Amino acid sequence: MQIISALKDIPGASPSGGNRLVALQPHRHMVQEHVSDTPDFGAAHPKIEVTGLSVYYGKTQAIKDVSVTIPEKRVTAVIGPSGCGKSTFLRTLNRMNDLVPGVKVEGSVLLDGMDIYSPHVDVVELRKKVGMVFQRPNPFPKSIWENVAYGPKCQGITNRATLEQIVERSLREAALWDEVKDRLYSSALELSGGQQQRLCIARALAVEPSVLLMDEPAASLDPISTTRIEDLISQLRNNYTVVIVTHNMQQAARVSDYTAFFLMGRLVEFDATEKIFTRPSRKETEDYITGRFG
Amino acid sequence: MPDGDLRSRMTFHSELERLETDLVKLGTLVEEALSKAVHSLKDHNQIMAGEVVAGDDVVDKLAIDLENRSLSLLALQQPMASDLRRIGTVLKIVTDLERVGDHAVDIAKVTQRLASQTYIKPLIDIPRMARIAQDMLRQSLEAFVNRNVDSLESMREQDDEVDHLYSQIFRELLVFMMADPRTIQQATEFLVVASHLERVADHATNIAEWVFYAVTGERKDLNL
Repeated sequence: MQIISALKDIPGASPSGGNRLVALQPHRHMVQEHVSDTPDFGAAHPKIEVTGLSVYYGKTQAIKDVSVTIPEKRVTAVIGPSGCGKSTFLRTLNRMNDLVPGVKVEGSVLLDGMDIYSPHVDVVELRKKVGMVFQRPNPFPKSIWENVAYGPKCQGITNRATLEQIVERSLREAALWDEVKDRLYSSALELSGGQQQRLCIARALAVEPSVLLMDEPAASLDPISTTRIEDLISQLRNNYTVVIVTHNMQQAARVSDYTAFFLMGRLVEFDATEKIFTRPSRKETEDYITGRFG
Repeated sequence: MPDGDLRSRMTFHSELERLETDLVKLGTLVEEALSKAVHSLKDHNQIMAGEVVAGDDVVDKLAIDLENRSLSLLALQQPMASDLRRIGTVLKIVTDLERVGDHAVDIAKVTQRLASQTYIKPLIDIPRMARIAQDMLRQSLEAFVNRNVDSLESMREQDDEVDHLYSQIFRELLVFMMADPRTIQQATEFLVVASHLERVADHATNIAEWVFYAVTGERKDLNL
């Protein structure tokens, strides 16, 4: 009974698939010490609270004692040079690193106050709440409609009308509906790269996540498609918490509200984007964003 | 970072250096123009006054060139942090310096208008005001080049001194005008000159405030 009631908090989770779903347990250290350099989030609530996070790949430490709070319904950009751990950090937020052999994660990551690394957590459920979009668009070799309906179908939704609604809502939210509404049953692979990427975003949105992780979502796109994705990100902030890893500093400056700068596995600076790009506090940040780094 | 990126970033930083060098050149030009304008007035030197008026073209061209180059760097290099602040500051300072150049020309034109007149009094406070204003200009540009804002604090006192001299000149000229209405034309010209110099000191203070921002990222009001 406890499990069923907790499931109400997980969007899209249906009690029918309940026997393998274990709800996220409240973490015993829910009251965290306030991270000293957390910027002022204004009216935004903390969505993800990372404390003392370290990630090891075998003997290599990719993330070193990172503590950061990510605000709800805001866009947080993660920047830093190649190999600084930014993608690893992003993947810890939905436990995508679990798939890497020899990975070890220390510290805690709380999502809405629940520890996502608790042994009771169902990783599939977690990834439903915390969706992800990758660098290269990776649609399934199926129709546009099937791509978006796939997630909800896996959740056990079979009602055609409900699925139609979900597909339309998701495609609209991903700013793709008008371009594909007349060819929903064509192969997703016929779409342009930018459209495929927005389809992948629609697919992630179809299972109603509350957090969307984006790993260089526009890296393989042309400038016009990139602008579309950036516009889309600024719309998504109304309903979702977005965390975006990007190599492109101008993109981070354009789309995000807050920016985290990583260097060699450490979080060097985290602040309002406007501040990071006009008057950063740390010399390392200044050197990196002005190109004096190296 | 690939070599190509690094190279173009190095080019960017050397372009930024050149931009600042030329800004200082503009500063030197207007400072000279101001000095010559006030000297020409003090000494009735028409040749010098003519040089100041003619030299304004050079100042205007350099100002436009600096603005164009700043805008190109913004568009092509998308500078961030201190680089961004420096280019924004160059754009603001150019405007102030160009205006100082205009004030110098206006003062030189007073020299031209008073060419045939004997002065009602020797000019003492006006050259003094000019020296302080020039000093303020030089200090703010030096602070920009040296990225050191320590010297800027004293600008507030200097600006006060300029304001004080302005009131003194105003009162003195008023007495002349009340005593003898035939002095009004000339006294008004001198008053206009004092007013130009007071504005120059304000421009120098503006420049200092922008330099403070470029160097520290913080805004400071030096004109209290």
